[in-house]
Amino acid sequence: MIVTVASHPVYAYTGTRALVPAQPTVVFVHGAANDHSVWALQSRWFAHHGWNALAVDLPGHGRSGGAALASVEAIADWLPALLDATGAARAALVGHSLGSLAALACAALHPARVTKVALLGPSVPMPVTDLLLAAAKADDHAAFELINGWSVSPGKQLGGNTVPGMWLTGNAMRLMERTRPGVLHTDLVACNAYADGLAHAAAARLPALVLMGQRDLMAPPKNAAALIAALPGVRTVTLAETGHALMAEQPDAVLDALAAFL
Amino acid sequence: MAPSARTACRVPITKPKTFHPDTLALHAGARPDPATGARATPIYQTASFVFPDSDHAAALFNMERAGHVYSRISNPTVAVLEERVAALEGGVGAIATASGQAALHLAIATLMGAGSHIVASRSLYGGSHNLLDYTLPRFGIETTFVDPRDLDAWRAAVRPSTRLFFGETLGNPGLDVLDIPRVAALAHELGVPLLVDSTFTTPHLVRPFDHGADLVFHSATKFLSGHGVVIGGVVIDAGTFDWEGSGRHPAARGKFPTLAEPYAGFHGMTFTEESTTAAFLLRARREGVRDFGACMSPFVAFQILQGIETLPLRMDRHVDNARKVVAFLAAHPLVTSVGYPELPSHPDHALAGRLLPRGCGAVFSFNLAGTRAQGRRFIETLKLFSHLANVGDAKSLVIHPASTTHFRMSVADLERAGITEGTIRLSVGLEHPDDLIDDLSRALHAAGK
Repeated sequence: MIVTVASHPVYAYTGTRALVPAQPTVVFVHGAANDHSVWALQSRWFAHHGWNALAVDLPGHGRSGGAALASVEAIADWLPALLDATGAARAALVGHSLGSLAALACAALHPARVTKVALLGPSVPMPVTDLLLAAAKADDHAAFELINGWSVSPGKQLGGNTVPGMWLTGNAMRLMERTRPGVLHTDLVACNAYADGLAHAAAARLPALVLMGQRDLMAPPKNAAALIAALPGVRTVTLAETGHALMAEQPDAVLDALAAFL
Repeated sequence: MAPSARTACRVPITKPKTFHPDTLALHAGARPDPATGARATPIYQTASFVFPDSDHAAALFNMERAGHVYSRISNPTVAVLEERVAALEGGVGAIATASGQAALHLAIATLMGAGSHIVASRSLYGGSHNLLDYTLPRFGIETTFVDPRDLDAWRAAVRPSTRLFFGETLGNPGLDVLDIPRVAALAHELGVPLLVDSTFTTPHLVRPFDHGADLVFHSATKFLSGHGVVIGGVVIDAGTFDWEGSGRHPAARGKFPTLAEPYAGFHGMTFTEESTTAAFLLRARREGVRDFGACMSPFVAFQILQGIETLPLRMDRHVDNARKVVAFLAAHPLVTSVGYPELPSHPDHALAGRLLPRGCGAVFSFNLAGTRAQGRRFIETLKLFSHLANVGDAKSLVIHPASTTHFRMSVADLERAGITEGTIRLSVGLEHPDDLIDDLSRALHAAGK
């Protein structure tokens, strides 16, 4: 579906289902240089199991218009506007990587709009190496190569995809290659600059899930330790032999964790 | 996000390594079997797969979970092959089919229906020509054949209903080298994808996606399997084409409703929304393989996987042998011409140098001087070269196209395709090149009597 948020068209995948006002809403927020399709399996499951599922393309990404939002807080402030546009008073937020930070910040800054948060591949702080920032700033293809190399766990670099016939790293690369110029850099700068993660975690008084990949080089599980400590009553799940590309590498395990939590 | 000196853990800051094609040929898509530890990819010879519970079954059918349901749609052994070929070609994924012809049909049927039009190179495998020229018109899909070297002809042939450009990396039988970058650029300007048959070259010699192609298919019967023991095909999606015409290919807008509009045959799914990169493959699997049913058997997939493991080694040897045979034939007085792009006399010599620096494969044709009877004597005298209708076997093969693979074509069409009654096609195998040249030498001597 296409809705208008802050005067720009915004796309959200709904699992080919119409939104039902009486149903709870779950918003899936993708990471840097990604779009809604990284949640295809999980969001479709929720859309067909009693939820209004909104796998959104963030501004400047995928099918959505506007410029990429320049900070985690800006995305956090934008998400309630998305809920307004879709008629949802409150929603559970599921975020990956950059999206996980936005979900966390939104929970802290707009507590009345968020019921639960599931944070996939979070790191607080989420520093980005200069090598990657420089490549992204230059819109150099090497930036995508770095991300792909670091995001997909060693075992999955050679395939064995759960989705029959799909080459995981090739698919991830082609998705990133569709990113508009400058957008990856904006996303990475937002990650790098986000400084209030622990404060937001402490302020987020709501059920939270932290879902990590044991072999994640982009956001190693130990980088989420402070976050987990700051989130009261948090549920944690670590997927063995899994990298940062959690939804692609372990789609069923991610879905199972989300379904059990939400 | 991303390894950094600011993180406490020890992480690599240098550029991550990616695997070379030779490694992917052995490993991509496979891992030791988690159930048994078997190192080779097991043959999952089963029609169907048990559902853990009813909810899981429903989720599999509704594409909420990934997995295997029924081996017509997908199978674990076949999926390894699909991943491996996709990895070697640099695509997002692939679908293996019952034959190369089935792969071509699947690509076409996924993209278009009655009232659509294809522009194709006129230098095609006879089977492809049959499908396009004789069979598909009965289903409302017409094809205009053009000189693959004439870019103006490609453009002039386009109609509002055109949905596909199609050619072979090395055209049959004259080995016209398809100028993939230029044909792809024109196709994209006009809002259609370029489908390339890369059977003769395999990803070891050229990866058409690197040059702008959008879809690739193979008759895996040939060099991919390499041993002439199975029939199979595979179609691979680059994941780059803009089926909606909303981005890089604006002229494509409205041309591909099978991918960009809701499909009643799968709960109103719009495949381009479901997958940003793999809409073609989704539709092809969820409709084309499901409904037309030309799937690959697990045993065939296993055999092709065995072949692909040695693809880089074999292709290098095929090319080395072909070069030696070409040099011998080009110098023989009974041979009037040899059509191999590495020869300076070939019209695509320069293009081949750019697109096929590792070699132009091992299938080529030459013209024999003399009568049809002399041609027959030549073929029947050969001992190592087997007279049959196939290419890409480890063993050397020979055929007379005018009376076999292309016999349905009119004389005028044959002439346009560069085939005469004296044209002989060779598929050079992996034997010792001296033995092959001895065999050819004896046969030429017999033909010359």
